[in-house]
Order: sequence, then structure tokens, then C-alpha cells
Amino acid sequence: MLTKRIIPCFDVLDGRVVKHVGFLHDRRDAGDPVELAKIYSDAGADELVLLDISASEQGRLATRRIVEEVAAQTNIPLTVGGGVSSVDDVRNLLLAGADKVSMNTSAVRNPSLVKEAAHRFGEQCVVVAIDANLNQTMGEYEVMIQGGKVGTGMDVIAWARRVEKLGAGEILLTSFHQDGTRDGYDIQLTRSVATAVNVPVIASGGAGRKEHFYTVLTEGRADAALAASVFHFAETSIRDVKAHVRQRGVPVRWIYQ
Amino acid sequence: MIAILDPGVGNLKSVTKGFQRVGAQTVVVPDAAAWKALIAAGDGDAVQGVVLPGVGAFGDAMFQLRAAGLIPILRQVAREGRPLFGICLGMQLLFGSSQEHGRHMGLGLLPGEVVRFRDDVKVPHMGWNDLDVVRPHPLLRDIRVGDYVYFVHSYYVEAKQRDCVLAAATYGSVSVPGVVGQGNVLGAQFHPEKSGDVGERILHNFVAICANWQRSRTTKQGVATDDIHVTARD
Repeated sequence: MLTKRIIPCFDVLDGRVVKHVGFLHDRRDAGDPVELAKIYSDAGADELVLLDISASEQGRLATRRIVEEVAAQTNIPLTVGGGVSSVDDVRNLLLAGADKVSMNTSAVRNPSLVKEAAHRFGEQCVVVAIDANLNQTMGEYEVMIQGGKVGTGMDVIAWARRVEKLGAGEILLTSFHQDGTRDGYDIQLTRSVATAVNVPVIASGGAGRKEHFYTVLTEGRADAALAASVFHFAETSIRDVKAHVRQRGVPVRWIYQ
Repeated sequence: MIAILDPGVGNLKSVTKGFQRVGAQTVVVPDAAAWKALIAAGDGDAVQGVVLPGVGAFGDAMFQLRAAGLIPILRQVAREGRPLFGICLGMQLLFGSSQEHGRHMGLGLLPGEVVRFRDDVKVPHMGWNDLDVVRPHPLLRDIRVGDYVYFVHSYYVEAKQRDCVLAAATYGSVSVPGVVGQGNVLGAQFHPEKSGDVGERILHNFVAICANWQRSRTTKQGVATDDIHVTARD
């Protein structure tokens, strides 16, 4: 049986993993990405996601050296995002050791990038990250870009369906309004996207307790759950999360004695 | 030494790193000329096994292999008994044909067809799936029923002969061939190089199979010779 994945995420800023409260607020140092990659990989993480959060605004690609070093330290899949704006960028990150490449703002601005990347390198390595925010005026979830700063007016469900058609092999869905709150994932949002598309959906934003993982993987229908600060600050561990959801009947990869 | 064939489509870094992690020496072979140079340099006997990785689309990959002149070399490798290991798309290429974006002919080294998952499951089949070991094989040494490996693929093999399926994974209503093998032609649908410790055991096992093959060949011939001549045309 295919298991549900638990994925720690590294937000990398100037070569360090940072923990942030909300998209736009304070950041605290959480450690060295290469060391953390090894630790999480050994601790039973099912994948790693590395997002270079300053790359896009600085108009450059995620730091290649870090990707290479993280990839060398791990024997589990690695997704890298940040500043990907061309097919060559995708290629360079794959060559540096990424297994999947995530694009967000650039996919919105240039949807054919998703199509081209999927055609050239296969759908399996193309992840589209969608930052969703509940827009009161629209009465629906709106796609945000540039790290949540800019609204696009696009409906999240429609965009998710479109990127699936374009060739995205996976969707990384972050609820902007929940991110950093530790109040739990946005279950309604996750469920509506996960049931609207036929590609795997990774839920992100709001994890604070192990129960949150259970809820998003069951009621939320997510295929994977991503979290950052709850792991970085040892509020819960990957093993604890897996033990909890497994005990409640969710299949996970169990590598512990 | 393990030769990793790369006609330029795949992401070889992780495969190369994976074999290096289990202590194997690797050499990347981009085309027929590079292979022949290896042989000419007297390294033919040092190449104990050949790995065919691959991501992307079936038709494109066959096109690239053909353009790089690697198809006759793969046939020769299969014929002479040298261990050959296809990974993910590389495993699918070993079979007869694929329905991915039209119908494409594969290498035909194993009997079967590559077909797409139906939409009653999420596609791609992405993530960690447990393995059911169907029949014991040196490639599966120390692999237990229920060990998890990392899959990512939208097409799977419908094997014509069930006995070439060594391990399988259940996804929805489909029994997906996870590890296949017939003689020296072996393959894994999942990514052993991305499958944690379990994957590393499989890579290690392949390296051991290669070393055995080399030993038996040297013994048989008394002295190792470069008897690899590429004559077949595709």
C-alpha cells in the first residue's frame, strides 16, 4: 500500500535554515541545512523540501552548493524550490542533485514553463507550489505569489486543475493564512484541492501538533504533510508524528524497531 | 566498476552517488564511442555491470539511446551475460513496448508491455510503497516483505511472464512489478538510490551480483579477455 509522507521543509536564507512566523514576520535561525538534512533523513523523513526563500526576490537560483551538499548527505528524495524561472534553472537544480523542482511565482507568470519542464524532464520532477489565501471579497481561496505578498485574483482550485493539465506531477499547497500559526492545517482548503486533482497533494502551513498531521492526512485527503518549525524546534519529532498517525490507522513508512 | 549509461536525459547524479555510497566505482557512459573507448583501454573487464537509469518519457529515452548508439551495446551486454540493471524508466525500457504518448518499441529484453495507471488512483504513483517479495533472488538478499521503497511513475509494466517478477507493490487494484529479472537482465521500478537503507541494500546486492559474474567469467576463461565486439545494428 502507498503510504502517506511526512516531509520536513527547510526555508533557507543566506545559507541557513530559518524558522519563520507567518510569511512576512520574524525569522529565527534553525541550523545548517546540510546537517539538518542528515539528521532528518536518519530520523525517518520521507522526503526533504528545500526552499531558498530569498532566491526569487534576489532574482537568482537556489544556491547550487547547498543543493549539492544536501543531496550528497541523503538517500531520500529532495525537492528544491526558489527562483526557478526557466527550463535551464530546472535542469541546473536536477544536475545539482534535486529530484524534484518546485515553482511558484514563475509558474503563474509563465504557465508554459510547467509544460516545458514536464516535457523535458518528466512530470515526476515538476512540483507546482501554490500559496493560497482566503479572500473575503472573492469568497474563495486566492492564489498568492511572491512569497504571499501579491494576490493574483486566481481561484486556487482552478489553478490546481490547470497546472495538473500542464504537467505538474505534484502540488505543494500552502495555506498562507495558517502558515506559522501552529493551529493546524487548513483542512477545507486541502481537501478541496486534493479531491479536485488526480496528482498527489502535499499539505503545508499550520502544523503545530501531531494530531494536525492525522487530520490533514485523513479528513484533508492530503497525500503528504509538510512542516518546518515544529520539527526544527523539536516540539514533535518525525517518529512521534508517524507513531501517532500509524496508531490511528494511517499507513506510513515505518523504519523504527 | 559499474558503468552507468547516460544518453543525456536522466538525472544521474543520485544514481551515481547511490552506487558510490555502497562502495562501488562508477563510470558514466554517454554514448557508444565512450563505451568502445572503455573497452579499447582494456577496461572492458573492469566493467562488471551496466546500469540503465532514466527519467522522462519512454519514446524520448529510446530515441536518445538510439542516437547515442547505445542500443546495440545494451543488446550485447544482455547477450553476453553481463549484469544489466534498469532503474525506473530504465527498467521499463527493457520490455517490449510502451503505450506512453503513442506506442513505442522498447529493447525487448524482457517480455511485457508498459501501460498507464487508470484514473482510479492518483497518478503518478508517488511515494513509499511496501514491497511484496514474490520469489527469492540475490538482488533481494536481506530485503524483507513489507520493506518500503520510493516509487515515482505514471506507467507500469504488465509482465507477459509472471516469473520474471521478483517483487511487487500493490497500488490501488494493480500489482505493480517492483523488481524484475530474467537471467542477467534485472530492473527496479522504484528508485533504489532514493529508497533509504532498503534501497542501498539493493544497490549493494547488484554490485555483489556483478562481482560474482566477473569472478565466474575470469575462472571460466582462465584469463580475462576483451571479447566485446559491437556488431549488431538497431
